[in-house]
Formats: sequence, C-alpha cells, structure tokens
Amino acid sequence: MFLKGIKRKFSEPGEEPVSSGEQAPATSPAASRTLSSSYSLQRQSLLDMSLIKLQLCHMLVEPNLCRSVLIANTVRQIQEEMTQDGTWQMMTQALAAAQCPADRLVATEVLCRQTDAATQAGQSPKPMSSASYLEADEDHLSADSRTGEKVFGTFEIKHPVPPPDPGLEELFSDVDPSYYDLDTVLTGTPKMGPYDLLESGGLQSCLMDLNELDHIIEILVKS
Amino acid sequence: MKCFSRYLPYIFRPPSTILSSTCHTEADIISTVEFNSTGELLATGDKGGRVVVFQREQESKTQPHRRGEYNVYSTFQSHEPEFDYLKSLEIEEKINKIKWLPQQNAAYFLLSTNDKTVKLWKISERDKRPEGYNLKDEDGRIRDPSTITSLRVPVLQPMDLMVEATARRVFSNAHTYHINSISVNSDLQTYISTDDLRVNLWNLEITDRSFNIVDIKPANMEELTEVITSAEFHPQHCHTFAYSSSKGSIRLCDMRQAALCDRHSKYFEEPEDPSTRSFFSEIISSISDVKFSHNGRYLMTRDYLTVKVWDLQMENKPLETYQVHDYLRGKLCSLYENDCIFDKFECVWNGSDSVIMTGSYNNFFRMFDRNTKRDVTLEASRENSKPRAILKPRKVCVGGKRRKDEISVDSLDFSKKILHTTWHPQENIIAVAATNNLYIFQDKVN
Repeated sequence: MFLKGIKRKFSEPGEEPVSSGEQAPATSPAASRTLSSSYSLQRQSLLDMSLIKLQLCHMLVEPNLCRSVLIANTVRQIQEEMTQDGTWQMMTQALAAAQCPADRLVATEVLCRQTDAATQAGQSPKPMSSASYLEADEDHLSADSRTGEKVFGTFEIKHPVPPPDPGLEELFSDVDPSYYDLDTVLTGTPKMGPYDLLESGGLQSCLMDLNELDHIIEILVKS
Repeated sequence: MKCFSRYLPYIFRPPSTILSSTCHTEADIISTVEFNSTGELLATGDKGGRVVVFQREQESKTQPHRRGEYNVYSTFQSHEPEFDYLKSLEIEEKINKIKWLPQQNAAYFLLSTNDKTVKLWKISERDKRPEGYNLKDEDGRIRDPSTITSLRVPVLQPMDLMVEATARRVFSNAHTYHINSISVNSDLQTYISTDDLRVNLWNLEITDRSFNIVDIKPANMEELTEVITSAEFHPQHCHTFAYSSSKGSIRLCDMRQAALCDRHSKYFEEPEDPSTRSFFSEIISSISDVKFSHNGRYLMTRDYLTVKVWDLQMENKPLETYQVHDYLRGKLCSLYENDCIFDKFECVWNGSDSVIMTGSYNNFFRMFDRNTKRDVTLEASRENSKPRAILKPRKVCVGGKRRKDEISVDSLDFSKKILHTTWHPQENIIAVAATNNLYIFQDKVN
C-alpha cells in the first residue's frame, strides 16, 4: 500500500506537502495517476539526484562509505515506494518501449532544481535518467525483463562480470572489490555510459581521473 | 562556578588573540580539537596532517587580566600523505581525531589518527643540557685523546626551553576502511580505533597486533545498509564501550561477554516519529558523534538536527532532546543536493555534565543547559570577538518579520560550519574550530 498513514514532505517551504488523506489507495497503475504530480516530480528528481550522486561516488577511487550507504538507502526507499504505487513498473515498461534520447539526461540537471522547467520536463513521457542507466546496463547484462531489484542492483557496488584471470585475482586478492569497480575497469566494460552524455562541467575532472586509473591499471596488468 | 548556571546566555569572552594561520589554505583547515585531561594543554589537528599543541599560561599576579591564556607549545607533522600502491590511491594525511592520555610523568602523550594509521606521540620538554664532556668538545667534535689530561664531570646547564615531539608507536595496517574515532580506555593500557565497519582493540605497547571486537561487514557488500559512525569507551568501566550507527542507533557492548562483541548488551534507539517522516529521515537520524558523560551515567548523541541525552538505564528513548537548528528541517532537499546533510557535527559535555555544546552553520555554535533548559546561540567570528567583550547571543529568524539583530535562514552561510568543539574538563573554557581559525573563549568570573 502506498498510504501508510504517513505524511510525506521533503519539499521546500512554499511547496505544499502532499498529505496522505488526499489520495486514493494505489492498488493499480492507474491509481498512480491520482498521485499529486508535484509530489511525483519531486520524488523523481530526488531519485535522479541520488543516482547521480551514487555514480559520482563510484567514480571516486575511494568513496566515502557512510555517504554511499546513506544515498543508496535513500534510492532503495524511493524505489520501494515507486514499486508499491506501480510507478516503477510504468517506468521500466516505458523504457522497453521507447529509446531514450540523450537530452533526457540534460533535463535531469534541470529537474534537480525545482523550477518550472521541471514541470515541463515532467510532462514528456518517462523514462528519466535512471532509465538511461538501465539502457546502458541492458547491453551489458543482456537481460530482457528488468525488475526493480535488478535495476537497483546495478547501482549497488558490484554486478556480475566474467571471472578475472587467476593471476590477477591473486594480485588483487586483498583488495575489497566492492570498494570500487576495479574489475569493471579491468574488463574494459565501462559502466559509465550515461556520463558521456551528461553536460555537467564538474564531471570532466572525474572522467579524467577515471582515465588515469585506466592507465595505471593497464600498466599494472602488463607488469 | 556556583553562579554559573544563572548566566544564560553564558558570558564568554575571547582572549586577546584569535589563533589562526596567517594564510588560509586547504591544509590549514582544523579537523579536530581536544583538551587534555587537566585542561592545561589543547591540541588541534588539521587537514595537512599537523598537530599544534597550546599550553595554558600560568596565572600571574602581575598580569591578572591575562588569566591563563593559551599559547603555542609545540607544532609537529603527525601524518604525511601516503600512497597505497595496491589500491592505487592516496591516503589523506588529515588528522581525524586526537585523544590525550592522562599524564603519568613529566612528558605528555597523545594519540593522533588519520584515515588508516594511529600514532602515539610523546611531547617532552628539554630545558637543560649537559656541558663539559671529556671526549668531545662543545661543538660535538671528538677530541684528540692525547690532548685530554684531566677528567671532569659534565654539568647540566640551563638552556632555552625546547619542546620536542617524537612518535613512540605507529599502529598501522589494521583498517580497511576509514578510521572515524579513537578512544583510550580507563585502564590506560588499551584503546580502540573504529572505522566504518570494524572496531579494533589495541594495547598501547604493542603495534603489530590488534584485536577485532566488532565487525559489521556483511558477507556480501551489496547487502550493506548500515555503518559505524563513532565509538567510545565508558569513562570508568574498562570493559564497556558504545558505538553509534548511520541508522541512528547506539549499541553498548561488554567485552567480558565474548571476544567478538557482535551482540550488544544494550541497544538504544528512538522509534521514528511518523508525522515527520520523509525520504531524508534516515540520513538525518545518522549519528555523527557519541560521547559518554563524565560521570558515566549518560550518553550524548548528535544527529543532523538534534542532540540527545540518553540514560544508560533506558534504551527505548532518550532522556532529553535538544533542537540544534530545526529551521533546517524545511531545507533538507537543498542540503541533500549540496551535500551539507552529510556534515558530521561533534558534541561535548562540560566538566560537570550540566551543559552540552555543539556546532551549527554560519559559524554558530549552541549550548544547552540541562538544568535550566535554557539555550544560547553564539557566533565564532572576528567581528563579534573584540577582546574582553562579551559574546552576544545570536538568533535565527525563521519566518515573518526579521528583527534587527536576527539573521534569516536564507542568509546563513553553509560553508562556515563548526564541526569541532571541546570544553575544558574543569573550567568554563571552550575551544571552537571555525574552518582554519581556532577560537578560545573563557567564562567571565565575577
């Protein structure tokens, strides 16, 4: 049940918090349309913001574990709620149906600021940036149907990769692979597909660091 | 001191100087402050890996107005940046915590830690040196033995005071994750170091071995939902320690029960208030600091918006809750966006456990008197710190008409945060770190 008798509010003052009493019980996807669109937009923008933060976390060589865990828990919470009111299924179905254009990702930046632009972006059909991550990973994992858990799983620390060379494994046996995606870099499968498309200038330095890491790993692997 | 509780707002005044570095670089950002157990010494650690120790002047009758001010006593480089070759990453030299050992002889000892390594430093004075060696001359050159015709006894001569710091122990290679706290046991022989997932017990004499006593790392890291944020030994019971988590809970553990303290003796958690629940509820409930009271009967915890005092006998809810900056509750989304919501504020008790203090934004810090239930907001800034002037209480205006001296929530500077503060163990002297500046305030007596 979407409604737990709890009042959701994470909005700025001036924005009306959505009270649980105003909504019909969400037992079907159709019911999700009765959700206040502003609440739904806010929630979506929070999800996008969190996913971006998580991705940025993973790009760092040594992420702050507490911060990563807190953000990941927030994403999980949102995903659980969206699964309960059917929005998550809608989003994944829409992804399967439509291709995701690059400019959706630019819209994410806009969504993070709660302005009119957010309303405009919200009116175009979903998926948003989180779905773009789905698309990038879909190639990698080559699975047809995506459940919420699997999607979230890709934003968790690891996802299955081909078993690495045993010599390499021994070399890095002390390393906690969940701490950063070393094996992703080693297998040469970049997880960061959507990042090529993001326009944010702040990511340039992160990408450069990632290239440096690539370079260092190449050297280590060759020796 | 007996009149103190009447004085709210506390009448604190700054000394004649504010101690700060002349040029502000990233390395000068103060990352920890700590008084020693007598309050004679005050240590600060910074992002550049340096430790600066201040010593209180002896009070003199000829200069009564100086009243024991703090001057620099010793400065040393505690940690250097390191490179972990296996993981290809740099280990920051930033000092995360400093803890003093109680003084047992003429020298002072402190533990300082960065993300991975704890070091025991000995700070000692030298004010005499021997002169009149037989085998070497005053410059240290070896004398030609054939020129020595008589024996003399070397004599200790006074010299200018020299304070030297030497690293006596280095405790390394025990933490995979970042160390967030250290705590010296009341037995003065052991201490714990805590990272995100583990607590390790060390003997101060032994550096090549440490015992893991708490391990919350799941077998599959993808299942990780909770981390350890802080840990501290009980001030009197050498077998008891507490650790806090990112989910807002505190566990009290008894080391006598088992070698691995995975099962807690007590579990403190306040049930969530459903009326204020939001997607940020968990993040703001994450505890950034936990401190036992000096008398050992209470625990204080700091989460993003509140400070809570817990009675060790009551696990289901805190004894007292104090709102630090509740006006931020409506701004959580912005604070999440700019990452301020992850700031880790510390909290401290005064010597008698009657007042608690913690920092906030805009260089504000807050004090709460547990007996009178009054609180005050003060600011650590140069403009407000004319020497010997009384600190003026500040007020944040939450909405509606702003009065003359008030500051509105939207004008708060979130880059000026007071994360680290410390209180003298006996007197009303506090040290507050505001970015790269250290403010020391003393209470006006009589």
